[in-house]
Amino acid sequence: MSFDVPDERRYLESHEWALETDGVVRVGISDFAQDELGDVVFVELPDEGDDLEQETEFGVVESIKAVSDLYAPVGGEVVAINDDLFDAPELVNEDPFGEGWMLEIEADDPDELEALLTAEEYEDQIA
Amino acid sequence: MPLQTPPLRGIHDERGAKFTEFGGWDMPVEFDSIQTEHAAVREDVGIFDVSHMGQIHVTGPDATELMQRLTSNDVSRLEVGDSQYAAITDDDGIVIDDTVVYRLPDEGETPQESHGDGDADGEPTYLFVPNAGTDEATHERWLSYRNEWDLEATVDNRTDEYAMFAVQGPNAVDLVASVTADPVDDLERFEARYATIDGVDCWTARTGYTGEDGFELIVPWADAAEIWTALDCQPCGLGARDTLRIEAGLLLAGQDFDPEDNPRTPYEAGIGFTVALETEFVGRDALAAVDAAGVDERLVGFQLIDRGVPRHGYDITTTESRVIGTVTSGTMSPTLEKPIGLGYVPVEYAEPGTTLQVVVRGQSKKARVETTPFIDTV
Repeated sequence: MSFDVPDERRYLESHEWALETDGVVRVGISDFAQDELGDVVFVELPDEGDDLEQETEFGVVESIKAVSDLYAPVGGEVVAINDDLFDAPELVNEDPFGEGWMLEIEADDPDELEALLTAEEYEDQIA
Repeated sequence: MPLQTPPLRGIHDERGAKFTEFGGWDMPVEFDSIQTEHAAVREDVGIFDVSHMGQIHVTGPDATELMQRLTSNDVSRLEVGDSQYAAITDDDGIVIDDTVVYRLPDEGETPQESHGDGDADGEPTYLFVPNAGTDEATHERWLSYRNEWDLEATVDNRTDEYAMFAVQGPNAVDLVASVTADPVDDLERFEARYATIDGVDCWTARTGYTGEDGFELIVPWADAAEIWTALDCQPCGLGARDTLRIEAGLLLAGQDFDPEDNPRTPYEAGIGFTVALETEFVGRDALAAVDAAGVDERLVGFQLIDRGVPRHGYDITTTESRVIGTVTSGTMSPTLEKPIGLGYVPVEYAEPGTTLQVVVRGQSKKARVETTPFIDTV
């Protein structure tokens, strides 16, 4: 089975993706992660305005069979959360890199992203 | 210890199944998605490979007495082709395992002779189905009590000789009827007979673990692939099996009761109906005392009112946050689209409608006791 790993994003070993636009980093989980979890039924996200540190927990995604912590790819303030996921958590399965995004962080230091896996490195990890 | 593999592991793998360890077996947990498989069983029909379930075969002049004295229900009520749900209890009345006991045609009759109702004129013969990974200990238990009581019965562990499939859902009867010339739709709940599918005699029982109509088929390991292929419908894994049985309020051994970690009597576990106190069996006297005194705690179903998913091991508290119990099973119900679970609470908190809390990752979530099954069942 092969999974989407879009090139322009960075990845955590714990399967979150990060996409930076003008200092704001959008975060979600990878196609591989959603497939491993199976049907996502619940997502717990921080509040807007919360401060996160890189690689600390920011929430939880639950499928029918598993609970998985979510880790921030970059430190900063939460400036948006995808509250569509509260009523439609299945978006994480259906469109993990698009409609299934989870939150946006205004990065304290966008260079932190450089420490994360490239698409190629992440692809090797899940191979 | 290497995992045991069901006979069709290769076929499941090719079909794209994900696997999980369960009771020492490497079993398919998911073929497509739990929700897809769950919906197929509730609305149409699905098939499960449950070859991890044990099969113990008991026959001989004293087979009925041995079964009677080691299971909680009244085995003497079983005629050929009947089955019953029962608990296997220890001297203290604690449930070690739960099982279905089938009365097979008497030994000496061929399956062909017994396609009818069968005359009970030979050696009474039983097949019972202990849970995954418990077959060896159960086999030992039967042998040791047989020897202690000096009973004449042969006890064989045939777990590795039989595959077991569950075909479940509102269209399950039609599907099974379409692949055999033998009548199956006239079987009542918990009745069984041999039905020939693709030339293979399959013990076909109107039982299941989903709350839906359907059959469980016990088939020779060597013929498993032909039977599986003939019963062409949505394959389902252990993931959907779990969500379906929780909705139906059915127990999972080792989770909703466990002789070591969560010792419970059948009365506490809500399966007091399996206890035939008028029979003589291991644990009977202890259970008679419990029946007379009443239980302090019992298993209830509940629904979370707040957002969250209850999971095995989470605390159950009063609305004042006093811990009074533990969640034994929980899930997001695919049918109801609500978080539901099972857990033990003191009887004064067991009435449907009672408000409780479940602690999910440190946060108290409001919950309400519900009647089980959570859904309409057969």
